[in-house]
Amino acid sequence: MMLFKLAWRNIWRNRRRTYITAASILFAVLFASFMDSLQRGAWDNMVRNVVNYYFGYMQVHEKGYWAEQSIDKAFILTDSLRHKAGAPPAAGVVPRIESFALAAGEAQTTGVLVAGIEPEAEDEMTGLRERLIDGRYLSAEGKGALLASGVAEKLGLGVGDTLVLITQGFRGVNAAGKYPVTGLASFGSPELNKQMVYLPLQEAQYFFGAQGRVTSVALHLEEADDIAVLKARLFQQLDTSAFEVMDWEEMLPDLVQARELDTAGNVIVYFILYLIIAFGIFGTILMMTKERSYEFGVLIAIGMQRWQLAWSVFIEIVMLGIIGALAGILASLPVVLYFKVNPIRFSGEMAGSLEKFGFEPIFPATFDPRIFAAQASYVFLATVVLAIYPMLKIRKLEPVRAMRG
Amino acid sequence: MAVISTQGVEKIYNPGKIPVKALKGVSLEIAEGEFTAIVGPSGSGKTTLLNIIGGLDRPTAGYVEVGGVDISGLSDNQLIDFRKDHIGFVFQAYNLIPVLTARENVAFVMLLQHRSAQERNARAESLLAAVGLSDKMDKRPAELSGGQQQRVAVARALASKPSFILADEPTANLDSASTANLLDIMYRLNQEEHITFVFSTHDQRVIDRAKRVVTLVDGKIDRDEVRG
Ligand SMILES: Nc1ncnc2c1ncn2[C@@H]1O[C@H](COP(=O)(O)OP(=O)(O)OP(=O)(O)O)[C@@H](O)[C@H]1O
Ligand SMILES: [Mg+2]
Repeated sequence: MMLFKLAWRNIWRNRRRTYITAASILFAVLFASFMDSLQRGAWDNMVRNVVNYYFGYMQVHEKGYWAEQSIDKAFILTDSLRHKAGAPPAAGVVPRIESFALAAGEAQTTGVLVAGIEPEAEDEMTGLRERLIDGRYLSAEGKGALLASGVAEKLGLGVGDTLVLITQGFRGVNAAGKYPVTGLASFGSPELNKQMVYLPLQEAQYFFGAQGRVTSVALHLEEADDIAVLKARLFQQLDTSAFEVMDWEEMLPDLVQARELDTAGNVIVYFILYLIIAFGIFGTILMMTKERSYEFGVLIAIGMQRWQLAWSVFIEIVMLGIIGALAGILASLPVVLYFKVNPIRFSGEMAGSLEKFGFEPIFPATFDPRIFAAQASYVFLATVVLAIYPMLKIRKLEPVRAMRG
Repeated sequence: MAVISTQGVEKIYNPGKIPVKALKGVSLEIAEGEFTAIVGPSGSGKTTLLNIIGGLDRPTAGYVEVGGVDISGLSDNQLIDFRKDHIGFVFQAYNLIPVLTARENVAFVMLLQHRSAQERNARAESLLAAVGLSDKMDKRPAELSGGQQQRVAVARALASKPSFILADEPTANLDSASTANLLDIMYRLNQEEHITFVFSTHDQRVIDRAKRVVTLVDGKIDRDEVRG
C-alpha cells in the first residue's frame, strides 16, 4: 500500500516529464492500434471478398475430395445433410457439382470447369448475377449455360449459340451434352474468366450422370467470426468418417500466407516504433534514477529494504506505462470506430482493379478489443523490461556513496 | 552503560589504488543520554566515523558495538533492519522524501516497522508538536524552510524509538536563528526524554552547547572533553 502511494506520488512529482512520457506512449499506442485495426480490417475485407468470390468461408465434401478433386467423390446431398449444414450460424447452403470438361464452339475447343449450381443460392453468396454482361442469369429449371467471357471469346460463342461439352462423368460414364448459351459473365479473376461454365445443378448432375449428387457444399456465412462455431457444430453433427469440413484457410493456404506475410511486415514496424518509444522512456528512467539516487540513499539509510524501494520504483514505471497505454487506447477508440463506420474508400487505379474483381474498394477498420489489448501489453512488457534497470541500480546502491553525490 | 562502543576503528578508502586513511584507530565509548559533538577540521574523518557507527559503512579494521550488538557480523539486509529499529539519522540536508508531507515523512519509518495506523498518526503528531511544527504537518518538504525541514528530520529520526540519534552537520545549511532553534529542540529532547545525540559540526555555537566534545584530527581522537 505504502509502496503504491509512494509510486503514485512520484509519478506526479515531475508532471511535465510524466506528461511527455505518457504522451509518447499514447501516440505509439494510438498509431499502432489504428494501423493494426486498418490493416486487419483491410484483410478481413479482402478475405471476405476473395472467399465469397467462389469458395465460401467453409465447405463440406466427401472425405478426400479436396485432395483429389475428382467427380467420383460426388455424394448424395440428402435433405437431412442439407439441413444440418445450413443451420445457423450458416446463412445459406450453396451446393455444387464441379468437374472439368472439354468445351467446343464453332471452331475451337478448350478445357473448362463445369459448375452445376443452384442459381439463387449461388448468387446470394458470390453475387454471380451481378457479373452478367450479356443475356440472362440461369434459372433452376432452365437448360441454358452461363459462360465466363474468356471462355466465350476463346470458343467464339455468344448468347444464342450452342455449347458442346464432353467429359468422363461419375464413375467413368461418358458424358456429352449440348447447351444453348443464355448468358455471359465477366470475372475480374483471370482464372475464373478463362475456365468457368455454369449450368443449373440438375442439368449438370444429369450431364455427369450423377443424379442427386454434389461434389461440394459451400456454406454462406455473414461473419468470419462464426467460422469456428460452425466448424465445431459440423464436426459434431456430421459423420466425419464420411465427410470433410474445410474452412477457407485450409482451402486457400496462399491467401493465408499472403496475409501472414503482410502482417509480419507490420509487426516489424510496430517493433521499431515501440523500440523508439522504449528508448525515450529509458532516457527518462535513466535521468530519474540519477536524480533520485540521493533520495534512494536516504531511504535505505533510514531502514527501507532495497526490495521495498525497488518495488516502489518498479510500480511507478509500470503505472506510468499503463497510464500512457490506457490514454492511447482511449484516444484510439473513437478514431478506430470512426473508420469502421466510415471506411476509407480508395479511388484511382487501385480502386479500378478492385472493382474489376467485383470488390468494393473500401477499407473498413476492424474494431477488435484484442488489438488494443495487444498494444497495451506491448507497452506493459516494455516498461516491465525497462523497470529492471533502476531495480538493478537499487540492488547495488551504497547509501553512503549515493549521498556523497 | 555504553550504547556505542568502538575499538581501534580504522578506515581506508580506495585500498587498491591511492589509499586514503580516513580513520586511524578510533576507540570511543558513548553512554546513554549523552549529548556529544564530534568536531575537527575538514577531512578529519567525522563523517566517516558517524557512518561507521551508524552501520552505513564498514570499518577496514576494528570493532563496533551498538546497543551491545557487534554490527560487523550483520549482513547487508540485517544492517538495514538494524538501522531502522535502533538508529535515528539526521543528515546535513535533503533528509525528507519530497513527495510525502511532514506527517507522512515521520510516519514512514513506523510504517516500515509495521506499526498500526493509529500509533503512527498519534506519534507523528506528538513528535511534530515536540519540534514545534504542529501547524505544518501536512506540508511537503518543498513548502518548509531549511530549519523546519531539519526539525521534521529530527522528528522522523525519533519516530522509530531508536537507541540514539546520529546527526552529521545537521545545522550546516541553516542560518543562525534556525540553528539555535534546532539546537534548543535537540537539547530539550536530550534533557527531558534522555535521547542520546551524537552530532558532528563545524559551528562554534553548536560546539558550545555540547556536553561532551570529541575532537578528531587526521583520523585520530585528539581530545575528548566532558563539560560540567
Ligand atoms: N568515499 C570516499 N572515497 C575516498 N576518500 C574518501 C571517501 N570519503 C571520505 N574520503 C576521505 O576521507 C577523509 C575523511 O573524510 P570525511 O568525510 O570523514 O571527513 P569530515 O571530517 O567529515 O570532513 P568535512 O568536515 O569536510 O565533512 C577525507 O580525506 C576524505 O577525502
Ligand atoms: Mg563530513
